[in-house]
Amino acid sequence: MSRVLLLGDEAIAQAAIDAGLSGVYAYPGTPSTEITEYIQNSKIAKERKLHSDWSTNEKTAMESAIGMSYAGKRAMVCMKHVGLNVAADAFVNSTITGVNGGIIVVVADDPSMHSSQNEQDSRFYGDFALMPMFEPSNQQEAYDMIYSGFEISEKYNTPILLRITTRLAHSRSSVELKPMREENKLKLPSDMRQFVLLPSIARNNYKKLLGNQIYFIDEAENSSFNKIIPGKDKSLGIIACGITYNYLIENFENHISPYPVAKICQYPLPDKLLKEFTDMCDEVLILEDGYPFVEKQINGLFGNSKIKGRLTGDLPRDGELNPNLVAKALGIKENIDLKVSDIISNRPPALCPGCGHIDVFNSLNEIMADYGPGHVFSDIGCYTLSALPPLNAINSCVDMGASITMAKGAADAGLLPAIAFIGDSTFTHSGMTGLLDCIIEKTPITIIISDNSTTGMTGGQDSHAFNRLPEICLGLGVEPEHLRIYTPLRKNHEESLRILREEIAYQGVSVIIPQRECVRTLERKVKSKKAEL
Amino acid sequence: MKSDIILSGVGGQGILSIATTIGTAALMNDLYMKQSEVHGMSQRGGAVVSNMRVSSNPVASDVIPMGKADLILSVEPMESLRYIPYLKPGGWLITSSSPFVNIEDYPDIEKVKEEIRKYKNHIIIDADSIAKDIKSARSSNIVMLGAASPFIEIEESLFIKAIESIFKSKGSEIVAKNIEAFNLGRNYSLQNKK
Repeated sequence: MSRVLLLGDEAIAQAAIDAGLSGVYAYPGTPSTEITEYIQNSKIAKERKLHSDWSTNEKTAMESAIGMSYAGKRAMVCMKHVGLNVAADAFVNSTITGVNGGIIVVVADDPSMHSSQNEQDSRFYGDFALMPMFEPSNQQEAYDMIYSGFEISEKYNTPILLRITTRLAHSRSSVELKPMREENKLKLPSDMRQFVLLPSIARNNYKKLLGNQIYFIDEAENSSFNKIIPGKDKSLGIIACGITYNYLIENFENHISPYPVAKICQYPLPDKLLKEFTDMCDEVLILEDGYPFVEKQINGLFGNSKIKGRLTGDLPRDGELNPNLVAKALGIKENIDLKVSDIISNRPPALCPGCGHIDVFNSLNEIMADYGPGHVFSDIGCYTLSALPPLNAINSCVDMGASITMAKGAADAGLLPAIAFIGDSTFTHSGMTGLLDCIIEKTPITIIISDNSTTGMTGGQDSHAFNRLPEICLGLGVEPEHLRIYTPLRKNHEESLRILREEIAYQGVSVIIPQRECVRTLERKVKSKKAEL
Repeated sequence: MKSDIILSGVGGQGILSIATTIGTAALMNDLYMKQSEVHGMSQRGGAVVSNMRVSSNPVASDVIPMGKADLILSVEPMESLRYIPYLKPGGWLITSSSPFVNIEDYPDIEKVKEEIRKYKNHIIIDADSIAKDIKSARSSNIVMLGAASPFIEIEESLFIKAIESIFKSKGSEIVAKNIEAFNLGRNYSLQNKK
């Protein structure tokens, strides 16, 4: 069997290909992006013509996967944690429909918010949707869970959630691969009403799903991914979920814990196994990256004085864990004497030199100086960095698409002018519906769609807005004379000031599209062209 | 053997090419390894760090615990100091001397160097000039790898083999330049370590 060096994300992608995947559906989002990119670049995936084009957003991705499953084939959906909020409608209903071909939903959580606006824990979503879940502790487990996960999905007629965190997504290690399986054949569901969630059918499906829970728990009780590792000192037991297992054993010589350990990587929680484990130990420390999901369940409503974790203050309530935090919770003394010198400055990320967004903000800042602070609602993308010095240009960033709708709400409240600043890819992800709201009500709003023709922040993936932004806006009902397009360059500064002034003065919906390609993707294109010559 | 290496620099400086070379050499030596990277937001000219762990025994944590790194290898001097709490007592701090100034409040470079010299085990090397001298400015990171190599328990010949395998597609001249860059960095450290 071959061994290869893979990122956690790449191990997931390779496992899906090896397990007979027919299509991956995703919208880029750190730290999940590399899963889909790996499949897009895979030779075998190309030969097999596996679907791997980006979706418009996570909801369209999830629904397309359900459609592929309906047709009998295996599908995977990948997203970052907040993407699951967008996909939630389809996600929660996907356990009610069940599957025909297997579905695995991979969600990459970002505890410590390395590149995100919150650190929500997707295990709650899995629990909410009554979906079996995997949480790998290493790259090999991620591979094995995807590989066998499709079988479990088909066996129990349910999608599977695989939850990883940033650390595993972006950590590389060697992985042993399994033999490549053929794709499923095209095949309609045996019950043609399975995917019709009319109340009468949905009630029936839901009862089946509830009835299946006992089998999901059984799988977790007997899973090779959940195990008790004996330890002599039963004064303490440790429940380690997913990657926290690594942080735990890092603290012991030869990685052998003196305390019994329950390693938990598959859900719903195996209650028999955990009851036995908890009864056996005087105290139990729970390690989990994200929210205290397991800790809350074991505590129950009335608490359990044996249990220690994030809720008792033995571990921090927020942020990702690491070996040092686990050492502290275990009472292991460490000598960390060296302190960071105070001569060091912070080096926050910044917009790239030459970036078109900078030119747009320079014009916008000049115009907005007349109105005072607090009028610019922005969105998720590279341009969010303009909230920091030196630009200090925007006043909000909440979720994908919220720039337009927040500006609308503020305009409705009477805060004028109301400016929305959004990127091209974010606009097609979740901005179009908000624009339609504005059109219907003729809201006095100025929307700037700063078009760099790519999904920049995640590394330059294709944007669905490419070459069709004006048509989308006109189609939704933007008046042609209030759709303004220009090239954001220093030499066009006066033109951009004039356009901004005129459109802010207009008491209806204006869309301004400054259009210039991302300097990074341009640089890459020039380089690869040179290489060809 | 065990080498826990903190690799640091600024987004865009290409620290991952160093990690890839060490990783390739480690695999050729049948060693276990884990390497964790930073993607996404910080890549936009911000501080970036990668944790490289190579060992003859299985590696547990994907991140190096504070106080346990054998060396900090930095392609930027101020960034070499950012991760100091990770260095173990007696660990080595190896850094390029060329500051990457993309912030307004970058400290006085002499003060940065003074701070680095406070650690007995340090190497400050002008990797950019060394690479330029051999007319291969892009090999600066390989000079840095060479400078770190005496402190990593992997045979010199395996690093050379790794460089050959990584650069082979770019032609024999590029391979030769990078091997030269590696040797110059390595010799500098061998002469300057006390």
